[in-house]
Amino acid sequence: MEAQNPVIQISNLNKEFVSKQGFERVFALKAINLEVYQGEFVCLLGPSGCGKSTLLNVIAGFSEPTSGTLIANGKAISDPGPDRAMVFQEYALFPWMTVYKNVAFGLELAGKADPEIRATVNLWLQKLQLQDFRGRFPKDLSGGMRQRVAIARALAIDSPMLLMDEPFGALDALTRRNLQDELLRIWQELGKTILFVTHGIDESVYLATRVVVMTYRPGQIKKIVPIDLPRPRDPNSAEFNAFARQLRELVAEEQLARKSHEPKRP
Amino acid sequence: MNGRFKNEKQTLQGVHSRDIEHSAAETPRREKAQGLKPFLAAKSLILPAFLVLLWGFFSTEQFREIPILKGSVIVDKLSNPQILPPPWIVLKRWIAYASPLQPYDKTQGTYLQWLFSGELPIDLWSSLQRILTGFAIAIALAVPLGILMGANQSIYDFVNPSIQVLRPIPPIAWIPLAMLWFGLGDPPAYFLIFLGAFFPILINTIGGVRNVDSIYIRAAKNLGAKRIALFWRIILPAATPQILTGIRVGLGVAFICVIIAEMIAVQSGLGFRILEAREYSYTDKVIAGMFTIGLLGLALDYIITRLNGYLLRWHRTLDQAKN
Repeated sequence: MEAQNPVIQISNLNKEFVSKQGFERVFALKAINLEVYQGEFVCLLGPSGCGKSTLLNVIAGFSEPTSGTLIANGKAISDPGPDRAMVFQEYALFPWMTVYKNVAFGLELAGKADPEIRATVNLWLQKLQLQDFRGRFPKDLSGGMRQRVAIARALAIDSPMLLMDEPFGALDALTRRNLQDELLRIWQELGKTILFVTHGIDESVYLATRVVVMTYRPGQIKKIVPIDLPRPRDPNSAEFNAFARQLRELVAEEQLARKSHEPKRP
Repeated sequence: MNGRFKNEKQTLQGVHSRDIEHSAAETPRREKAQGLKPFLAAKSLILPAFLVLLWGFFSTEQFREIPILKGSVIVDKLSNPQILPPPWIVLKRWIAYASPLQPYDKTQGTYLQWLFSGELPIDLWSSLQRILTGFAIAIALAVPLGILMGANQSIYDFVNPSIQVLRPIPPIAWIPLAMLWFGLGDPPAYFLIFLGAFFPILINTIGGVRNVDSIYIRAAKNLGAKRIALFWRIILPAATPQILTGIRVGLGVAFICVIIAEMIAVQSGLGFRILEAREYSYTDKVIAGMFTIGLLGLALDYIITRLNGYLLRWHRTLDQAKN
């Protein structure tokens, strides 16, 4: 695996914000170096405000880095594009389109022929058990079903990688586990590269091949923890808990840093 | 692994059925709130029936003979049919107003033509065609201009000051100019209706385009949308709810404008008819005309609500508002 060219190559990446008052410069991301290889499942883990979503947005092309280089699929990133399909926490389905149309949208933009679009959409609707909901509008679906549609939409455009920004954050525990299993099944079947932002420690141990722990302001990579547990992983096993404990300690340090950083509330 | 997968599928089906139940429970509520049913329900007829009874009572002998009120100003005013004609007289006048003036004559045209040859159908049609014409012109100009202004900052900066100066002028204040420019008849009425409907539609269209949630733009760009697709398939549909709000408000203003225009600048239509009736002291006809205006307004609002409901069947807040 290490011999291949990385799918995502980030070197010396910085992202600065100027604070609202205009005096303070905040490093959202500082000196990020990361390589992600074909077929990896990388979780970005850290407390909120650590810049993990910012990093994902920079990779997606939604925001520009202050300095550094960023290469995805062998090309420098400048704009958002369908070679880096994204799944948002807020689902971001188009509410005026039916489930079918949402999934078909990216394919229509790519100028695919109608029969091909139909076949591809049907395939993904089937894979995510959405075929009975093809004519529904997003408002008629539960959160879990909406996120299924968002995943189907991202997969339908056949991007080599999937960027996921806390996709299961708003779901209840049971639905979340179902979708995690489903995502793993698809990942194993297709060999896509997944970059997954989360603040859930158990979630990252359950899913990832590598967990990237980030620091709180400036957002740096604190540690990269490879998770070499066999699958399916048992969240109750001792090995699983050892990893979870290690990550929890790493994150807790950053949580403390965050608390001391925040202005005290009266 | 196989067993696990089976299990997982079952749970998934659990999720599905929950969804179906959820939406099945929603449907009847939506139907109940829509359409004319609320107007026809017995409960909603109590108050109108009571008001008509009260009105009828004020117009009777018995009311005039109540000892305390006898000879008072109130009785004197209310029992005068010039001031408050009783409901049955108004109804009679209404029927006469709606009926053909001449007896049916084969040589003059078809039966259907004869049936709609009364004053009321002709007035109704004159008013309606004025609203529709002025309103159509307003939509045709305000929606594209609003989209341009909402999407392009320099166009907005260029046009907005003029809009802000013209917008507060009530359409009624335009009547003298409208008559000078367009004379009497339909054209000044079209102009006033257009003016009344134009600004609400324009302002809401600008707002709708500007307020498109950036998450949709990001998701669409991520899927490969470029400018044209972004505009037609994301920005425009996302702005539709607010554009339709503008159209609905605009229709209400257009309706006021048509009646006013007909009272001043035109010699036909419902607004003209009630002023004409007042001049002949046909108070019953004034009231019959007012009811006709009210019913036309109700019908137009009903049509636009149904249209809204269809165009925004995807829209979540519309359902919530109806419930």
